[in-house]
Amino acid sequence: MNQRSSNLLDEALGLDEVIEPWPLRGQVVAIEDQVETSGSFVLHHLLKRSLSPNSSNVTIFIAFSQPFSHYDRILRKLGCNLVSQRDNSRFFFFDMLKLQCPDGDEGITPEGGLIALYGKIHKTISALPEISWKNVSIIIDDLSLMEVAANGSSDYVLDFLHYCRTLTSEFDCSLITLNHEDIYSSEDRPTFFIQMEYLADILIKAEPLATGLATDVHGQLTVSNKGRNKVSNFHFKVKENVVECFYPGRS
Amino acid sequence: MAESICRALRDGALEGELAPALTIKDSVASPFALQVFSHVLSQLFSSILAGKSQSRGLVVVSFSRSPSFYLDLLKNKGTDIASSNNQIQILDCYSDPLGWKDQLAGSRNFTALSNEVLVSSTAIVFREVKHMDKLYNSIIELGKGLVGGGKIRFSIAIDSVDEMLRHAPVSSVARFLSNLRSHDQISSIFWLLHSDLHEARVTAVLEYLSSIVASLEPSHQLANGQRGDLENFSLIKHNSKKGKFHVRFKKRNGRVRVMSEEVHIELSGINFTSLPSEGAINQGLVPKVQFSLQLSEKERIDKANVVLPFEHQGNGKPIQIYDGRRSLVDGKHERPFAAVENVQTNENCGSGEIIYYRDSDDEMPDSDEDPDDDLDI
Repeated sequence: MNQRSSNLLDEALGLDEVIEPWPLRGQVVAIEDQVETSGSFVLHHLLKRSLSPNSSNVTIFIAFSQPFSHYDRILRKLGCNLVSQRDNSRFFFFDMLKLQCPDGDEGITPEGGLIALYGKIHKTISALPEISWKNVSIIIDDLSLMEVAANGSSDYVLDFLHYCRTLTSEFDCSLITLNHEDIYSSEDRPTFFIQMEYLADILIKAEPLATGLATDVHGQLTVSNKGRNKVSNFHFKVKENVVECFYPGRS
Repeated sequence: MAESICRALRDGALEGELAPALTIKDSVASPFALQVFSHVLSQLFSSILAGKSQSRGLVVVSFSRSPSFYLDLLKNKGTDIASSNNQIQILDCYSDPLGWKDQLAGSRNFTALSNEVLVSSTAIVFREVKHMDKLYNSIIELGKGLVGGGKIRFSIAIDSVDEMLRHAPVSSVARFLSNLRSHDQISSIFWLLHSDLHEARVTAVLEYLSSIVASLEPSHQLANGQRGDLENFSLIKHNSKKGKFHVRFKKRNGRVRVMSEEVHIELSGINFTSLPSEGAINQGLVPKVQFSLQLSEKERIDKANVVLPFEHQGNGKPIQIYDGRRSLVDGKHERPFAAVENVQTNENCGSGEIIYYRDSDDEMPDSDEDPDDDLDI
C-alpha cells in the first residue's frame, strides 16, 4: 500500500522498478525544502526504500538534526525497524548532534571535525564486502546544521561534501542530502546552496503551492533528474503512515 | 558557431601572442556548461589525435569530476584511450584536493584503496590545490611530459575554475591563468565557470582574461518568487532541455563578434541549432490542457471578419449599430461592409456575426457616456 501511494516519487527517482542494484548508485541526490513544506518525508521515504527487505542496501545516516529515537519512531510507522537494521549492520547511525568543530585552523585535523567524519565513513564502507559498495547510501540530515557545527564555515562543509562526492565515484555509492532553501534566501548570493544544486544529479524541491495553504495538499515536489533528463512535478500530502503523491487535481 | 569555437582552439596561438582562452559560463537556470565543456574537449581531442590542430597534447585539470569521467567520455566518442596515453594527461584535483586522505592515512584511521590507482597511467593525483604555483608547475610538467620541450604546444582544459576560486583568491587565479596563456608552449586553454557562485567582478575578471566567452542562458526567464504554478513548471521543463548559447569572440584585429545559437540537451549529448523565430518558441509554451487553445485557419478568418459593435470603427465613417430594436432584415442592410471589402472573396466562407438582442425597448442606445456618471458617491 505504501508503494502504490508513493509511486510518483519512486517513478521520478527510478525506484519504481528494480531496487537491486540500487538505482541511485553513484549519484548525488539533493533535497531542498522550506519551513512550510518540510522535505524530511523524502529523506524518510528514501531511507525506508533503501532498507527494504528486497535489497541488500546499507545506509550510513549522518544526523545533525535529530537523535536516533526520532528516526526510529518515524520509520516504525512506515513499517521499518531501525533497531534491528542497525543490529544487522544494514544501518549505521552517526550521531553528530554534539559535534563542534574547533575554531580556526585547528578544525583541519584528522582527529576532530569533518575530516575525521569523512575518514569514519570511508572506513565503514571499506569494511564492507566489495560487492556491497554500490548498494551503500550516505544520508546527511541536514547540511545547514552541518554548517553550524563547522562554525559557519561553508567552505569547510563544501570541502567535506566534495570528499563525500569522491566516495560516490570511488565506491559507486549514493549521497543524499537535505538543505533548507529559506535559510539562504536572504543572502544576495547563496553560494553554498547553489553549489549543492550544481553538485546534485537529482534535485528534489519541496515547495508550497503557488495558491497557498490547503487542507488536501501539503505542497508540491519538483524532481529534476539530470541523468534521465527528466523533470517531474506533483503534489503531496503527508499522512501518519504514508505520503501520498498525486498529479494536481487528482487527490 | 560551436564549430567556430572549436576551430579557434584548434588553430591555437600565434608566435609571440597570448594563447586563445575560452570561458564557458552558465548559471543554475541553464546549467549546461559541463555538456558544452565536454563537447569542446572531445572535439579538440579528436583534432589533436588526427593531427589537425596546433597542439599535440591535452592536459585536463579536473577539479569537479573524477578522471574516469573524462576517460569514459572520450571512450564513448570512439577514442581509443589506451593508445593515446601520450596525448592526454589528467591532473586529478578531484580525488584528494586537500590531502585529507594522506592526513588520515598518517593517523592510521584510513586504508587507501588499491583501485584508486586504476587510471594512474593517464591521471596524476594533485593534493595541494591551495597552492597556485605548485599547480602551475604540475600542469607545465605534465604538458612537457606529453609533447616534450621546445616549440611543440599543448592545450589545457580546466574543470572548473569555481573550485580554484574557492581555494585561492581571485588575484592568484587570474595570475595563474594569465601565466598559462603567456607560456610559449600553450596552444589554447579553456575553462568552465558557474557565474552565480561568484561576485560579478570575479566573473568579469575571468571574462577579461578570455578571448572567447561562451555563455548559456535559459530560453525563458522565470519570474522570481513565482514558483509553482503550472505555467512556471512548463517553463522549467522547457529550460531543462534547451537554452540559449551566446558567444563573444575577441578577434586579433580588435573586432568583437557576437553570435547566438540554441542548445538542446539530449541523453546522447548536446546539439547546437540556430535560434528559431520568436513565434516558434512561444508555441511551445502553451500549457497542455484538455481543450484547444489554438485557432484553426478557418476560425482565424472568421474572427477577422466579425464586425465589432462599436460606434467608431476607426475608418472615419459613422456606423449604425444594430441595437436590438429594429428588425433583423433592416439591421443587415445597414451593417457596413466596408470593413469586409478587403477580405479575399474566395475565402469568404462566411462572415462572423454578433447577434445582439436588447433586453427592453426602454433602454437608450449605447452611448459613450459613462453609466456610472450619475452615481453620487
